[in-house]
Amino acid sequence: MNTADNVVEMRSISKSFNGVPVLKDVSFDVRKGEVHALAGGNGAGKSTLMKILQGVYQADAGEILIGGKPTAINSIQDAKAAGIGMVFQEFSLVPSLTVAQNIFLAAEPLGTGGLIDDRASVRRAREVFSEMEVDVDPRAGVARLGTAYWQLTEIAKALAQNAQVLIMDEPTASLARHESEALFELIDRLKQRGISIIYISHRMDEVYRLADRITILRDGRHLLTAPLTDVTPEQIVEGIVGKKIEGQLSYRARDHVAHEGAPLLEVRGLNSGQRVRDVSFVLRPGEILGLAGLMGSGRTELARALFGIDKVDSGEVLLRGQKVNLGSPQQAINAGVALIPEDRRAQGLVLEHSVQDNLLLPLLGQIQRGPLLDGAKGKELSASLIKRFAVKVAHPHRPVRLLSGGNQQKVVIAKWLGTDPDILILDEPTAGVDIGTKSEILDMIRELASAGKGVIVISSEYPELLAVSDRVLVLKGGSIIRDIPRSEIADEEYLQLAVQGV
Amino acid sequence: MSNAKTLAPRDTAAPRNFGTILKELDWRRYVIYIGFVVVFLFFAVLLRDQGFLSPNNLLNIFRQTATITVIAVGMTYVIACAEIDLSVGSVAGLSSVCTAMALSQWGLVPGILAGLAVGLVVGSINGALVSLLGIPSFLVTLGMLGIAVGVAQWITASAPQPILNDTFNTLFGSGNFGPVPGLVVWSAIFVAIGAVVLNRTRFGRQVLATGGNRNAAEFTGINTKRIKFQVLLISGMVASVAGMLYAGRLQSGRFQWGSGDELSAIAAVILGGTSLFGGFGSIIGTLFGALLIGLINNGLILAGLDSSQQQVVRGAIIILAVALARKK
Repeated sequence: MNTADNVVEMRSISKSFNGVPVLKDVSFDVRKGEVHALAGGNGAGKSTLMKILQGVYQADAGEILIGGKPTAINSIQDAKAAGIGMVFQEFSLVPSLTVAQNIFLAAEPLGTGGLIDDRASVRRAREVFSEMEVDVDPRAGVARLGTAYWQLTEIAKALAQNAQVLIMDEPTASLARHESEALFELIDRLKQRGISIIYISHRMDEVYRLADRITILRDGRHLLTAPLTDVTPEQIVEGIVGKKIEGQLSYRARDHVAHEGAPLLEVRGLNSGQRVRDVSFVLRPGEILGLAGLMGSGRTELARALFGIDKVDSGEVLLRGQKVNLGSPQQAINAGVALIPEDRRAQGLVLEHSVQDNLLLPLLGQIQRGPLLDGAKGKELSASLIKRFAVKVAHPHRPVRLLSGGNQQKVVIAKWLGTDPDILILDEPTAGVDIGTKSEILDMIRELASAGKGVIVISSEYPELLAVSDRVLVLKGGSIIRDIPRSEIADEEYLQLAVQGV
Repeated sequence: MSNAKTLAPRDTAAPRNFGTILKELDWRRYVIYIGFVVVFLFFAVLLRDQGFLSPNNLLNIFRQTATITVIAVGMTYVIACAEIDLSVGSVAGLSSVCTAMALSQWGLVPGILAGLAVGLVVGSINGALVSLLGIPSFLVTLGMLGIAVGVAQWITASAPQPILNDTFNTLFGSGNFGPVPGLVVWSAIFVAIGAVVLNRTRFGRQVLATGGNRNAAEFTGINTKRIKFQVLLISGMVASVAGMLYAGRLQSGRFQWGSGDELSAIAAVILGGTSLFGGFGSIIGTLFGALLIGLINNGLILAGLDSSQQQVVRGAIIILAVALARKK
């Protein structure tokens, strides 16, 4: 391969934090107009490598070549000047400004007297969007837009600064399927224009759909770089996890579902707001019910209504045959319902608080002695939860934000399981979690159901839904359009078609 | 553009017609103007026999709110940047004292420079502690509030410092520019510069970005520490000018001048629609916020309420207005 084709070449990069090596002699290159997937488990060094390329960190050893020339990247500005653009996983726009103002932030076109010419930025933003062949109003306030538009704005921001290489970190994590598809088409167009993309994703289907080559890191070392035509998904997963996973993501029939007697949960004609319309279903003890549907189909809203966050307009909810009123999360918790929300950072955790405090938050009643909290009992309880769910944590008193995404999610699940709920609702339980932790979480879910609990799993990832669900409800426009036993679902494609309503 | 349809149609970016513009109009942001007109009409009807509408009284309202307006312009930058400056009132007092003392000792120009130096020093200390050491501005400026007023009282031994320099007094508040009171001109200049800088310069945009999402601003290459330093420096400088306006209008420097102004200024900024959480700021809104406070003060005095009753009514009106202006 001719090295002149490489827009970016990182040679023998090493980096340590506080004496702990995070990257060891890693080399990575990107050719012009290619999509290069970067994979690896949590802690493999992907983000550190990318942060070095973006100028957030500086490498201890090794060199970076941009367009064949050795280039020092010591700051975010240096990276930008070198044509490196970043589309952030956790969006980094200013919500109070408009789309155009964000695109040209700190690089505003100036008009007479050195004053900002906002009309020019609107005009130029329009040009960028029309080159991208997407329709976004540059004058719209960012706070009012959906996540798909945030991402388009970020891409436009990078392109407006003449980025030649775009780093995309889990870009589809918060997109609906059709939005992801639009993004893939955009990536294809950018590729044709000679823009290179470093694509970080845990989703195998996306990697195969988009990428030309893949590089896998494991434990801070470079494991392999190969064209995707030469590697199988099994090889990639094995490379990431470091051991062969068999059947973790495939369905295992369990016969724990109690078909006799009263269902654990029965919902009759439930209406709530605009997105939950006349929903009826039953959940039996020991059953795992999958909720499938596109973004906006009412999946999350149904969970919110069942947990008492959104007001129920009409309909009945029965727990073990008894009619209950779930008017607030407190009532829902008392009735034995727990919700593990979609956005764990915003809704599930107090990030600055310790792992122990987060775990004990719903359990304060259990560790109370008189009006005071029993510290020793709390410590014992949190230690047992950490052990039971194998949360990898240096110390229970460390802030939860220091944990990896997968371990944060385990803390959220452990926190609610501590309350010993009968019904557990999980909204996107494995979003942004590496594949090793993902299979651990799915095992946790199976184990709970086997213990006689009712579980509702909401997920946009069909392989995951198919791996755990005993039955799948398909939602569309707020209503249940299909109720399919797992045994009747042949493969992912069948479910895809059901969700699309074909 | 055929790919556009693949995106979620429920989000905006559709062509805007009048109906959607009206629906999207964030009326809470404009509640200050509605409130201003309502209160104005209310007093105009209720107090027409007390001379509320006389040109002299209306000019008085402007004159009385001038210093608050000036301080609040600086405060808008601080709050839009998601910080707070509680030291502005004491800085004004300290500046009035230093100006008066330097004026009697060395003359006009040193007097003005001494006043500005107060803002420069206090603003720099506030800014450095907040941006370099990362101490919350609430605590830094709360401490500075005590320090500045204490220094002012100490160096004057609590005595007022008379200003006999007519040029200074005429320039800073006592005089008129043609038919227009000097204080009105001062506040107009600050509002005009403040509005243009906030809305139309890179600095202003960077202040809003830093307040709106500091991480995003940082990753865009904005030096957010410098921005935070600068807004606190501006706030201190502006407060020191306000202190000189007190000194000129009242022809003396005194440590009490400006005491409590930080609260009026913050109220004016929030009433004007600037978000207490940062990211959005409106200087014109701030002007009307300050005028509304002045209007209420003036009306309540004309209505014959004593000062304790005025405080109660004023507090209630501010809470009501902020409640209406809050986010959904």
